Amino acid sequence: MSRLAGLFAQLRDAGRAALIPFMTAGDPSLTATVPLMHALVAAGADAIELGMPFSDPMADGPSIQRASERALARGVKLRMVLEWVREFRTTNSHTPVILMGYLNPVEAMGITSFAEAAATAGVDGVILVDLTPEEGRGEAVVLRQQGIDPIFLLAPTSGPERVATVRSMGSGFVYYVSLRGITGAAQADWAEVLERVQHLHRQLGLPVAIGFGIRDAATVARVATGADAVVVGSALVDQLAACATDQDAIAAATRFIEPLVQAVRSTERRGA
Amino acid sequence: MGTYALPDASGHYGPYGGRFVAETLVPALEELEHAYQEAQRDPEFRAELHSELRQFVGRPNPLYHAGRLSRELGGAQIYLKREDLNHTGAHKINNAVGQALLARRMGKKRVIAETGAGQHGVATATVATRYGMECLVYMGEEDIQRQSSNVFRMRLLGAQVTAVSSGTRTLKDALNEALRDWVTNVESTFYVIGTVAGPHPYPVMVRDFHRVIGDEARAQCLELTGRLPDCLIACVGGGSNAIGLFYPFIEDRAVRMIGVEAGGLGLGTGQHAAPLTTGRPGVLHGNRTYLMEDEDGQILPTHSISAGLDYPGVGPEHAYLKDTGRAEYVAATDEEALAAFHRLCRTEGIIPALESAHALAHAFRLAPTMRSDQTIIVNLSGRGDKDIHTVAALEGIHL
Repeated sequence: MSRLAGLFAQLRDAGRAALIPFMTAGDPSLTATVPLMHALVAAGADAIELGMPFSDPMADGPSIQRASERALARGVKLRMVLEWVREFRTTNSHTPVILMGYLNPVEAMGITSFAEAAATAGVDGVILVDLTPEEGRGEAVVLRQQGIDPIFLLAPTSGPERVATVRSMGSGFVYYVSLRGITGAAQADWAEVLERVQHLHRQLGLPVAIGFGIRDAATVARVATGADAVVVGSALVDQLAACATDQDAIAAATRFIEPLVQAVRSTERRGA
Repeated sequence: MGTYALPDASGHYGPYGGRFVAETLVPALEELEHAYQEAQRDPEFRAELHSELRQFVGRPNPLYHAGRLSRELGGAQIYLKREDLNHTGAHKINNAVGQALLARRMGKKRVIAETGAGQHGVATATVATRYGMECLVYMGEEDIQRQSSNVFRMRLLGAQVTAVSSGTRTLKDALNEALRDWVTNVESTFYVIGTVAGPHPYPVMVRDFHRVIGDEARAQCLELTGRLPDCLIACVGGGSNAIGLFYPFIEDRAVRMIGVEAGGLGLGTGQHAAPLTTGRPGVLHGNRTYLMEDEDGQILPTHSISAGLDYPGVGPEHAYLKDTGRAEYVAATDEEALAAFHRLCRTEGIIPALESAHALAHAFRLAPTMRSDQTIIVNLSGRGDKDIHTVAALEGIHL
């Protein structure tokens, strides 16, 4: 069983949602990335979403845009991101790692080389924000051949035929974008989101993660009642951006995530 | 090449084009594609578009024989397609009128646009005012500085101009920001993309709204010379004026089509905006096309004296026409474009946009190698009034 499938099976038994923090690889420093991943796990993160920086992140809000710009200015390259995952895996073999980014840097490396290198490094899933299922059939096959889950997005605007396409092509989980907007934007109407996700969950037969617009423990608790996973990105990236040293960043990440961990662990997942 | 019928049903031109966007936008693009197909079939829509192009834009504009210039060059006869004479001073208005009519038909009250040189922003602000819509234009901070008169024009027309300070602070970043706005306000907002790039159906829709350039030029050339031109030349940033001129000639295999990219400080310097001449295929802003990118797939900063060509990508149909050899793509440097700018001012009494001056620069290289009974049509895509501050500053003059 893959790490992602194992995690979701275990949490289904425990009756709760997963907490998945997002951080941009190489921010706030090159040396902080791997220690931060370990610190987030030590504080209770169930999986890690690691951002692959891109020069033109058109679906991201200012927090993640700036983090990508800073990481690229430090010289972060895709191979470095994969190397950090490999390094993380030397002492952690159980926590799923999902890479999130845009298609062009992956294509520049070559999808086959990327999939092989990512599998060797210990990557479990890949989200490419601008690769729709229609355009990504070939890529999804290559990733799955290497045992990596191609994770697609669904949005409030997605109709039934798109849900069916994602169902036929995605694996691991489906990432539900909770609002019509970019990462880090204003909060969604959670009652509406949760109702839609409950419906999607039945149609898809895959775990559903909810992300975009989740910034604090209260929202995490609310979302965790009806999702298989809760993704928190921009709010964490903002905390890290303000840190002068790696020690500060690790302390800030731990401080930030602890109440969110409490929130998922004390919330019962309903209707799964 | 047979009958040319691209893009295919999913918006591809061979391996190029397509729809590479965040999921939130996919349904909006499907809705737009559907609305556009319906509008195209509706005689009332076509009649209104035609009437607006005549009454408001001022079409048809002339195909002008630049006789003095042609004699001076001593070769092919040069004809200028006078898009600079359109209302708002460039070809951009053809597409802005079309998309705004479509927006109104779809019941959208708010339009947004990205702009580089400001011509597309001015055109969008103009039609938004005319059709009573709210208008917001995204423009890179650097472009706002070098095109201040167009910024003022947009504001006079009631548009809000928002400075974009991310990335390289030019056209590509304005496009990113406009896409972010659209993702956020997708139900109320129509995104008026200004070039033949972006996700399907934009490249085909923008081409169709600009094909009037080539349709007129073809008929005018037959009327004036009794035959088709030997060669078409147009500048290429995103490539909208070029595709507008080229498209009606695609099946006329004897007509050479040449797109001229911004060579900036020279192709060897890396300081240019010539993805077709020097780049490689990749994915940016919703479509697969030639890009200026580094070996890691990060988009490179571009340079051109003309803000309207300062873009690291290009419309996917141009990528296809390049690969198939149907069109050729070359570059002209800042210096060559400036020289062409001055030469047209002094021989024909026409001040061209710096973008269009790139096309002229190549025509000046090519014409002397051709016979005097041959013809070149150059798309004079815009007028140069917006550029006089840039040109004056280069000569140490402060206006």
